[in-house]
Amino acid sequence: MSPYALPDERGHFGRYGGIFVAETLMQPLAELRQAYERYRNDPDFEAELQLDLRDYVGRPSPLYFARRWSERLGGARVYLKREDLNHTGAHKINNTVGQALLARRMGKTRIIAETGAGQHGVATATVAARLGLECVVYMGAEDIQRQAINVYRMKLLGAEVVPVESGSRTLKDALNEAMRDWVTNVDNTFYIIGTVAGPHPYPAMVRDFQAVIGRETREQILAREGRLPDALVACVGGGSNAIGLFYPFIDDAEVALYGVEAAGDGLASGHHAAPLCAGQPGVLHGNRTYLMESSDGQIIETHSVSAGLDYPGVGPEHAWLKDSGRASYVAVDDGQALAAFHELTRVEGIMPALESSHALAYVRELAPGLGHDGIIVVNLSGRGDKDIHTVAAREGIVV
Amino acid sequence: MSRIADRFENLRKRHRTALIPFITAGDPQPAVTVPLMHALVEAGADLIELGVPFSDPMADGPVIQQASERALRHRISLARVLQMVKEFRETDADTPVILMGYLNPIEVIGYEPFAAAASAAGVDGALVVDLPPEEASALIEVLRARGLDPIFLLAPTSTAARIEMIAEAASGFIYYVSLRGVTGASRMDMQEVADKLKEIRGKTDLPVGVGFGISSPEVAAKVAAFADAVVVGSALVKRIAELATQPEKINADAGSFIASLRASIDKVGAAA
Repeated sequence: MSPYALPDERGHFGRYGGIFVAETLMQPLAELRQAYERYRNDPDFEAELQLDLRDYVGRPSPLYFARRWSERLGGARVYLKREDLNHTGAHKINNTVGQALLARRMGKTRIIAETGAGQHGVATATVAARLGLECVVYMGAEDIQRQAINVYRMKLLGAEVVPVESGSRTLKDALNEAMRDWVTNVDNTFYIIGTVAGPHPYPAMVRDFQAVIGRETREQILAREGRLPDALVACVGGGSNAIGLFYPFIDDAEVALYGVEAAGDGLASGHHAAPLCAGQPGVLHGNRTYLMESSDGQIIETHSVSAGLDYPGVGPEHAWLKDSGRASYVAVDDGQALAAFHELTRVEGIMPALESSHALAYVRELAPGLGHDGIIVVNLSGRGDKDIHTVAAREGIVV
Repeated sequence: MSRIADRFENLRKRHRTALIPFITAGDPQPAVTVPLMHALVEAGADLIELGVPFSDPMADGPVIQQASERALRHRISLARVLQMVKEFRETDADTPVILMGYLNPIEVIGYEPFAAAASAAGVDGALVVDLPPEEASALIEVLRARGLDPIFLLAPTSTAARIEMIAEAASGFIYYVSLRGVTGASRMDMQEVADKLKEIRGKTDLPVGVGFGISSPEVAAKVAAFADAVVVGSALVKRIAELATQPEKINADAGSFIASLRASIDKVGAAA
């Protein structure tokens, strides 16, 4: 089998991906593609990126053996890829550091971004502050209410946070609004998309910046265990932390890949955010992928206790990995994710983000069946401090 | 010859610039749409662009976004929009109707069933905002097979190579987006538009319409001096929004606005 080499020139992962935007954005996207192709092969750019990842982000992130948790689960040895220890507390900054360097190389003076939970907004505001670039973050009015602390963090970092009142007033609408800003200000503005969705080249570019997670994991697990893991597990909203972990292992057929979507109140309830498990292919936000939609093609509102997974689409590469059978996609509900949140916090002294807790919840199901020789790596994509108000509220506690 | 090509040919002979109003189907309520389409024709519209509501109208400004939201509160589906066109056709066999919207509602129906149903309903063309020609060959093929014109956008950012590709893919007419931005913005540079149209005309014989920032009879007249068609969307939809609670007044108000644009455009034609 020839090595994995998607997407094709026009951004297709099989039938998924592509470029589905209005004409005004076609040329700016072509310029972005050209710039990205040029700089990804430029040793100076690569050296600057590596230095930033080391000294600013704090990479490599540790691969931590969760001994007590593994014992409790009674099966495979479980390792946590500690993206929660990155600067700003999540994997998001791997990508914003890369795109911000690209923006500066392209001579753009203004950065825009969309954000749901606020993690990508904070990671964007952070790199914009560091490079002295103007920064505008679009955020659904609903999410601004739910994530007040991250909104304030972005403001402290000098970003303007624009509430989006259209549609369902959440992440998908923030993305629409950021696209509208970009189409209006293409000359001086760089749009930093936070996940592996959007029109080509975003899904490939964000993946490449996040693939540092998987490359490090590979080295670390080989050094530690002398072999590749049996399974990789990561949560999937848009899917950037999952692709970042999976990508360097796609050609290793012996490594099983599990993406974990948010089942919200349960797949049967209809209140969830699991397009791969319970949606259909369609076109949204510049690419063809699995979507949560009504029978007449309108995008429907999603639900998850985790704001970062609350998105009706998913990166097109995941859609392809699903259809090709290379990766498996499952869903865990709010209750299962919260149980995993508490368990890891109490057993390992590590408080995971609610997004990452979905991946952990699936590890609880997977580990016992793999036996004591099994090895699982789960992406601990972010820290849970941002979620303590949500967790407390679910338990009737006012913090 | 398609109804759109026919209409432009006829207008050209009469030295008349086409006026194309845009309304969102089902806005502010379903019963308004078909009578409003007739009222627009009565007031001087030559073609009608009928917006298909979508939950995530990425290329639209706030005015048309909100029109979509109002229509979606009445669950206006693409199938329902086609019914409206069919009803319109019962008493107007001549005015071309172009659907304007986003790809996903068409994907759900399927390209061939959509083309068949649109053709049967009396639709003449489809402008799918988020479908650039690079991704459009399958849809173009089924539209053409049914005698429907695929309409494409050109923008200030379109390069010479893109203009050629789009001229190749399009039929009926080409819709030039007059500014960098979303529908309803207001920073059109008239000279830039005129220059770009000259470039486009060097590469195609298709009629070229201009839209996205035309808000008044004065702007319409200026654009009419060099365009084959003037498209008016947000300015019209805004008036409809203001009358959302008095829908019985919409036809008269929209009609008088379109008539004022018509008069302003025709003065330019008479002078030319």
